[in-house]
Amino acid sequence: MGKERLVVIGAGMASGRVLEHLTEAAPDAFDITLFNAEPRGNYNRIMLSPVLAGDQTYADIVTHDEGWYAERSIATRFGEKVLEIDREAKVVVGENGHVPYDKLIFGTGSNPFMIPLPGHDLEGVIAYRDLEDTECMMDLKAGQKCVVIGGGLLGLEAAAGMAARGVDVTVVHIMGHLMERQLDEAAGYLLRKSLEDKGITIKLQANSKEIVGEDGKVCALMLDDGTELPCELLVMAVGIRPNVALAQAAGLAVGNGIHVDDQMCTSDADVFAVGECVEHQGAIFGLVAPLYDQAKVLAQSLLGEEAAFVQKSLSTKLKVTGCDLFSAGDFADGEGREDIVFRDPSRGVYKRLVIEENRLVGAVMYGDTADGSWYFGLIRDGTDIEEMRETLIFGPAYQGGDTADPLSAVAALPLDAEICGCNGVCKGTVVEAIEGGAGDLGAVRATTKASASCGTCTGLVEQLLQVTLGDDFEMPTAQPVCGCTDHTHEDVRRLIKTMPLKSQEAVWQELGWSTRNGCHVCRPAINFYLLADWPLDYQDDPQSRFINERKHANIQKDGTFSVVPRMWGGITNPTELRAIADAADKYKVPTVKVTGGQRIDLLGVKGEDLPAIWADLNKAGLVSGHAYSKGLRTVKTCVGTDHCRFGTQDSTGLGIKLEQALWGSWTPHKVKLGVSGCPRNCAEATCKDVGIICVDSGYQVGVAGAAGMDVKETERLIDVATEAEAIDVTVAFVQLYRENAKYLDRPYKWVAKVGLDWVKERINDLDERARLIEAFELSQSIYRKDPWAEHAAEKAERYQPLADLTLEAAE
Amino acid sequence: MSWIDIGSIDDVPLRGARKLKTRLGCVAVFRTDTEEVFAASNTCPHKGGPLAEGIVHGQSVTCPLHNWVFDLNTGQAQGEDGQIATYPVRVDAGRILIDGTALAARSAA
Ligand SMILES: Cc1cc2nc3c(=O)[nH]c(=O)nc-3n(C[C@H](O)[C@H](O)[C@H](O)COP(=O)(O)OP(=O)(O)OC[C@H]3O[C@@H](n4cnc5c(N)ncnc54)[C@H](O)[C@@H]3O)c2cc1C
Ligand code: SF4
Ligand code: FES
Repeated sequence: MGKERLVVIGAGMASGRVLEHLTEAAPDAFDITLFNAEPRGNYNRIMLSPVLAGDQTYADIVTHDEGWYAERSIATRFGEKVLEIDREAKVVVGENGHVPYDKLIFGTGSNPFMIPLPGHDLEGVIAYRDLEDTECMMDLKAGQKCVVIGGGLLGLEAAAGMAARGVDVTVVHIMGHLMERQLDEAAGYLLRKSLEDKGITIKLQANSKEIVGEDGKVCALMLDDGTELPCELLVMAVGIRPNVALAQAAGLAVGNGIHVDDQMCTSDADVFAVGECVEHQGAIFGLVAPLYDQAKVLAQSLLGEEAAFVQKSLSTKLKVTGCDLFSAGDFADGEGREDIVFRDPSRGVYKRLVIEENRLVGAVMYGDTADGSWYFGLIRDGTDIEEMRETLIFGPAYQGGDTADPLSAVAALPLDAEICGCNGVCKGTVVEAIEGGAGDLGAVRATTKASASCGTCTGLVEQLLQVTLGDDFEMPTAQPVCGCTDHTHEDVRRLIKTMPLKSQEAVWQELGWSTRNGCHVCRPAINFYLLADWPLDYQDDPQSRFINERKHANIQKDGTFSVVPRMWGGITNPTELRAIADAADKYKVPTVKVTGGQRIDLLGVKGEDLPAIWADLNKAGLVSGHAYSKGLRTVKTCVGTDHCRFGTQDSTGLGIKLEQALWGSWTPHKVKLGVSGCPRNCAEATCKDVGIICVDSGYQVGVAGAAGMDVKETERLIDVATEAEAIDVTVAFVQLYRENAKYLDRPYKWVAKVGLDWVKERINDLDERARLIEAFELSQSIYRKDPWAEHAAEKAERYQPLADLTLEAAE
Repeated sequence: MSWIDIGSIDDVPLRGARKLKTRLGCVAVFRTDTEEVFAASNTCPHKGGPLAEGIVHGQSVTCPLHNWVFDLNTGQAQGEDGQIATYPVRVDAGRILIDGTALAARSAA
């Protein structure tokens, strides 16, 4: 007997899940043909918003690639619309010919609803549904104008994504507050406020009248009251309608959507439907969680197993960075309903729980949504909450007198608590997978699908891994910066660039810091990220630096300081040496030492004396050697051609030029360079962050060496012919490191993470190299200055005690 | 109590500290982001780090030598067995006043 022929119309999120279940459970049961009107296979539609915002790329959200279909022998007809179905003859007619079927699945999704305003068919009026729409929005340049009609989930994600790209966005919403179906007014207000902080203009109770065009292209939206909002693109995100035309024409029973029974079967026993195109017991669907339930049921039905689709209550989250929002159940006011409200205006936190007869029926949370899934579980299960009513608003961590530790909160969740809303995965399933050997996030995703869609539950899954595996589980490298935040260094860097954030306050506020003003771990990191990314807009904050950098001297174990003047490329002269010797005498410096980087260190200087000793050294032309800083320290050199019989190039001269180009720049960690005149390598250049070996044919530039806690030889970045090019490459490398590395990662650690090949690629790309050099120079125009001169002149008094009470009479 | 004027609040950097010399060693005077002022021993009980040089965050300071974190209200070190003495201090019309009696009583403790 031949295999049954299965035809699927629409490669969407719902049908994609059906195919996964089917091909996994019974790889050989069907001969499958898949049609899709979009010219591509399955991708995670809900992640279009992060793609739009620039947080992800399209490649990141593809769920099934060519290879996936090929491995399962699924015939794909992408970019081909199905025009007609002949149920009598059991064939599907596509644009390029027909395909017979034994079983047929509709997964045609929905059509975005376009309000038939005059002008709705102008060029530049789009919906927000697929990759093409997303690309249209991504084509807008910073400063261009866009109007979004619709202040619901989709409209706001579109608006926020474009705003993150610098587009001037106005949202027009007909209701009195945003997302009125999911939020109450108070939460709507907070949402509005934070969107406005992102530069989005929001017009509420605004009725659109007409779309104005010019030469067939949109140029403005006119409102009822005559206001004209100019725009180059107009996005309509006002709702969706199940896509039923094809099913209707084929004579299937159709209401708002294609009618299906609990087995997802339509009015024709051989035709099924799944996803947004269906209507089940009067309901239609617009979120993925129920669609995935449907998909599972459909796959089981096709394989002759018993299964039935049951509708469950839903929760909503908004995928806009910095707007934490959660809503579930029903929160309308009503007879016999009571509210519990919690507000923390300073943190922008709002929570409201709606209770009816000792059961939680609705929850709205803004600003702090960590407990959302727990509340959702209570709503879904109709749990009696009488006992915990008093502390309910504080979340699961407070039930049973526990502390506010997120791990114990997760541990306290019941096994059927939902962890991943998108995929409807409960705690029990995840724990089972972990106990069955899924030892990290990737494995849990692969086996349970939890956290594999929108990813907001990733933290929960990780906590489950930790609770279940205990010490055997090492939290992945994605560690938060510190206890003040859940964000990783990488996230913070990315968000500072994309949001954009230009002050520490903005970072604490927008990224939800849990402390008042950070701590000694995050503050120096944030300070560096801000000044590296926004050199012109951000002013360095000395109070976010450790003492060495704040006072421009190294603190020693007895609280005294060491002072190191810069000696460019390791070269000095009698005048400088005399000035150093005089200073050592005058300030009674107990120890004078030559450092590993060929500089002279004056050890044991009293804090109060620092401004004076610097003033003296400055007078002799000496500037700070930054021996304390996360920045360029020294460039060690050998004597090169000037004196050495082996020297091939002027290594000392190159060292001086490099030091003069790079000094004063702040970097994620300290940076040390070396230049040797020949492969004998007297400057030990091969264990530096950047080490250059001069050879007859030019310069070999190596990077990512180390001689600290780890000892490691440099790796060859590039060979260049001229000195100028060697300097260019070095500067570009340092800037690339500044732009990308995590604070306190030395270059060798950073290169190990991103890969030398990636670094090479960037440096070899001449446009990129030029951009890096330019960005570095821009930053240097602000930061290349001698901190000693500045402090000795302006801040000397800060180095003295506030007051001296040694003479006061003790009482 | 005997309040001694030790300077203007503006003399202490925001989220920073200055040292106060006394006959019984140095005291650190801290100013937080919200203009609160605290005074405590300048000497870290771990290995003597000068706390006036630490990073001030919230109502805490981190020692510059090995990162012990002290609560400026109580002087208690976070997660460590150690405490620094704290002294009553207040701000009046922009001037910082410290309790001389408490400072003098130190030697007894
Ligand atoms: C930008 C955006 C963000 C979203 N965010 C979320 C979110 O955060 N959470 C959430 O739960 N949901 C979200 N959704 C909704 C979610 O994406 C949908 O519920 C889900 O994709 C619907 O799946 P589906 O398979 O029913 O339809 P779709 O994924 O829309 O797939 C239908 C496919 O069928 C194709 N098709 C239609 N007609 C034909 C035909 N005649 N011939 C061939 N092919 C055809 C279409 O081209 C389409 O590719 C979002 C949606 C969008 C657009
Ligand atoms: S590295 Fe080569 S050029 Fe430089 S001092 Fe040593 S032998 Fe001479
Ligand atoms: S001396 Fe303060 S932490 Fe070590």
